[in-house]
Amino acid sequence: MISNITKDHQRFRQIVKGKIRDDLRKFLTRGELLGREGKHTVSIPVHGIDTPRFRYGDNSDSGVGSGDAKPGDKADSEGEGLGPGGDQQGKHILEVEVGLDELADILGEELQLPRIEPKGRKQITSMKDRYVGIRQVGPESLRHFKRTYRQALRRQIMTGAYDPNNPRIIFERRDRVYRSWKTTMKPQSNAVIIYMMDVSGSMGEEQKELVRLEAFWIDAWLRRNYEGIESRYIVHDVRAGEVDRDTFYRIREDGGTRISSAFKGARDMIEKDYIPDEWNIYLFHFSDGDNSSESDSRECCKILKEQLIPQSNMFGYCQVASAYGSGNFINVLHEHLADQETLITSRVNNKDDIYDSIKAFFTAGR
Amino acid sequence: MANPSTKSRLPRELAEWAEIIEEYARNEGLDCYETIFEVLNNDQMNQVAAYCGFPQRYPHWRFGMEYERLERTHEYGLGKIYEMVINNDPCYAYLLNDNALVDQKTVMAHVFGHCDFFKNNHWFSKTNRRMMDDMANHATRIRRYIDRLVLEPVEAFIDTCLSLEGLIDPHSVFMQRRMTRQQKHDNVATPDGITRFPAKPYMERYINPPEQLKAESDANREEAEHTADSIPAQPLRDVLLFLLERAPLKDWEADILSIIRQEAYYFAPQGQTKIMNEGWASYWHSTIMTNYCLKADEVITYCEHHAGTVATSPGRLNPYKVGIELFRDIEQRWNTGRHGLEYDRCDDMTERRQWQTQDPPEGRVVGLESIGRKKIYEVRKIYNDVTFIDEFLTPEFVDEQDLYHYRYDPNTGRMVVVSRDFRKIKAQMLYMLTNHGQPYIYVLDGNYRNRGELYLGHKHNGLDIEIKYAVETLKQLYAVWRRPVHLHAMIDEDAMLFSYDGEQSTQQRIDDSLPTAAHTV
Repeated sequence: MISNITKDHQRFRQIVKGKIRDDLRKFLTRGELLGREGKHTVSIPVHGIDTPRFRYGDNSDSGVGSGDAKPGDKADSEGEGLGPGGDQQGKHILEVEVGLDELADILGEELQLPRIEPKGRKQITSMKDRYVGIRQVGPESLRHFKRTYRQALRRQIMTGAYDPNNPRIIFERRDRVYRSWKTTMKPQSNAVIIYMMDVSGSMGEEQKELVRLEAFWIDAWLRRNYEGIESRYIVHDVRAGEVDRDTFYRIREDGGTRISSAFKGARDMIEKDYIPDEWNIYLFHFSDGDNSSESDSRECCKILKEQLIPQSNMFGYCQVASAYGSGNFINVLHEHLADQETLITSRVNNKDDIYDSIKAFFTAGR
Repeated sequence: MANPSTKSRLPRELAEWAEIIEEYARNEGLDCYETIFEVLNNDQMNQVAAYCGFPQRYPHWRFGMEYERLERTHEYGLGKIYEMVINNDPCYAYLLNDNALVDQKTVMAHVFGHCDFFKNNHWFSKTNRRMMDDMANHATRIRRYIDRLVLEPVEAFIDTCLSLEGLIDPHSVFMQRRMTRQQKHDNVATPDGITRFPAKPYMERYINPPEQLKAESDANREEAEHTADSIPAQPLRDVLLFLLERAPLKDWEADILSIIRQEAYYFAPQGQTKIMNEGWASYWHSTIMTNYCLKADEVITYCEHHAGTVATSPGRLNPYKVGIELFRDIEQRWNTGRHGLEYDRCDDMTERRQWQTQDPPEGRVVGLESIGRKKIYEVRKIYNDVTFIDEFLTPEFVDEQDLYHYRYDPNTGRMVVVSRDFRKIKAQMLYMLTNHGQPYIYVLDGNYRNRGELYLGHKHNGLDIEIKYAVETLKQLYAVWRRPVHLHAMIDEDAMLFSYDGEQSTQQRIDDSLPTAAHTV
């Protein structure tokens, strides 16, 4: 039987989700979410949850407190005090905590993204430790100080060794209590996303911001669907190199553009680390499409056609509008690889397009 | 989860302790309803707490919101709920199943304090003692409406009602609007409304002089003319009652509004006596535990628990702490004779400190006989938070408890301690407690401009109301009244009229060109 509170709670979450969905485009472009991971929660201002009442301007603009303080001292508490709780009225939440996972879910629902099924071959199982218990033995670094202290205090009082005027607590072997952990197994499926970004001189700060946001949300969504997904990042101008996630989001370089270098990098990476039969491979490439030469574009198409596209579940190409004229690479792809179903292209001109671009990438189940 | 009231009977050990502690409580003079304890696990406790202590409430998302908040608080280790107790006959109280025995004992003692307070404090005397059943009935009724009309319209109407739920008059339950038969018989007013004292015919001219009668009759007529058409007859604080009687509501809407109103009246005394209620319960858990119930190996856990309950933090006044200390202070003062005219007039602080015109009782357990104990029993019977603080807060107490007055500093954007002045602190505390920190709103006219528009007024006593919220609340009010609604409020010393006509929110300064309402605040 579902209890009433569960229904009320589900209804509340439903309302919150509805409000977030209404403003989804806005949330997608919020830069401060970048770099957060799945379990992190973000505070999202949700409008219309607060019940309007007749009330005073600012109830907290003065008050009475207690404690050791002189006029002029600060009186606001850092964080909520640890109260006995329970019977106090709840505060009206204007900001609702929502997990990034949940946001990704809402994104998924809204865009009707298909969930990408794991390939189901070799499953790696990972182990995770959680500190949940207490035991009598353990390393000193895991000693539970509060419990140990209390135990010792209790023993000393009982044996009469406690002197209130000189309250020294000395731990004995039998007082010591340690935290202990439990190991849980977590199944993992095998998927890798390789992000490639053009960092040539023509990609300005604005273009990179767009790429970052889009890559972030794709990452968030895919991570939500795959436990232990791997992400690899490649940046390129005329040459390509692998970088870590942080660098990927921050790097700024100059130089020309040779897209094939990135594709070669991805190809080598797959060859070395990811057997296509055992891995779900997702490739995304972000560029302003301003490739240096026709011949390089042709070479790109060749690599895509012969290697990258057959090996991967999907190849996404996202072309960002550039300040230096319009890129042509997207047209080249359309021309030469029109018959490839798993090649998807999209254009992003400004922040509002991110939503549509992600939608374009994940419409039909791949 | 099943209904908590059908679950988990009290384990024998706890049941025995409940009896023992009740016995101690009774010996100390506490007078409780029958108290039924139930043991809940943490999740059940959060549910019950989200429902304000009741196992059944009508379906609404705000309970889910509160539940989520409690769950998060617990998850982050920021606190747990030790106990819940309901003002009901019999009184229901909940214990958390993973608490240590000493915690359970403390909670039981605390609960008996609350229970005695519910039963005996005057402000609770008019509350519904069968609320447990009524809450369940409310839930059933609202569920039935949802089944009949689907969720959304019912939920939207509950949202509307909740936004108006504070507009009640907690004092109205004590008012007697119509005379009882006996009073009518005793009273000297005649059917024409003129005071005429009974007199022998030959004394009639002297006891009831004709010119006096005429003056009174004229005054009555004048007043009647003035208020003849005005609805309501006087400014009315119980806005919800006015809406119930006059707004064009469908049956189900009227029923929901009356449910929300009843529940608001039920909870109002708990808001009026927060400090006293918690103080009284803490006083008793402390007294009973330290005098009777504590075993040597439990002392430390008990102390930690108690210290957590009365802990203070900057910028926040802990009602448990203020309450228990003030009750102890009163007991101490009355036991040593530090009260009355002479003590109040004495302004020599040294003399006051050593004042003792009364021998304090001897021994650890002072018992019922002491004057101080009698006094606090009297206090718990007739006071509420406002009168409690007004009467018993002393400069010595403020000093001892390190109370201070703080204010928002616009330069730093933070709260800053501004003074330790007794009068300022007391004024601020009374201010925060009066009407539970909410503005007073009255119905001034139910037929404004003779167009059936509703005109409310805010009685200004120092603070402006928040405009943004007022505008939104007016929209909710319109959803009930269904004709244009107005609110008269002072903003920055100007009288303003906020209006909502179903499409547009407007505000204007009030001047002579505007038609006046039937009453003023």
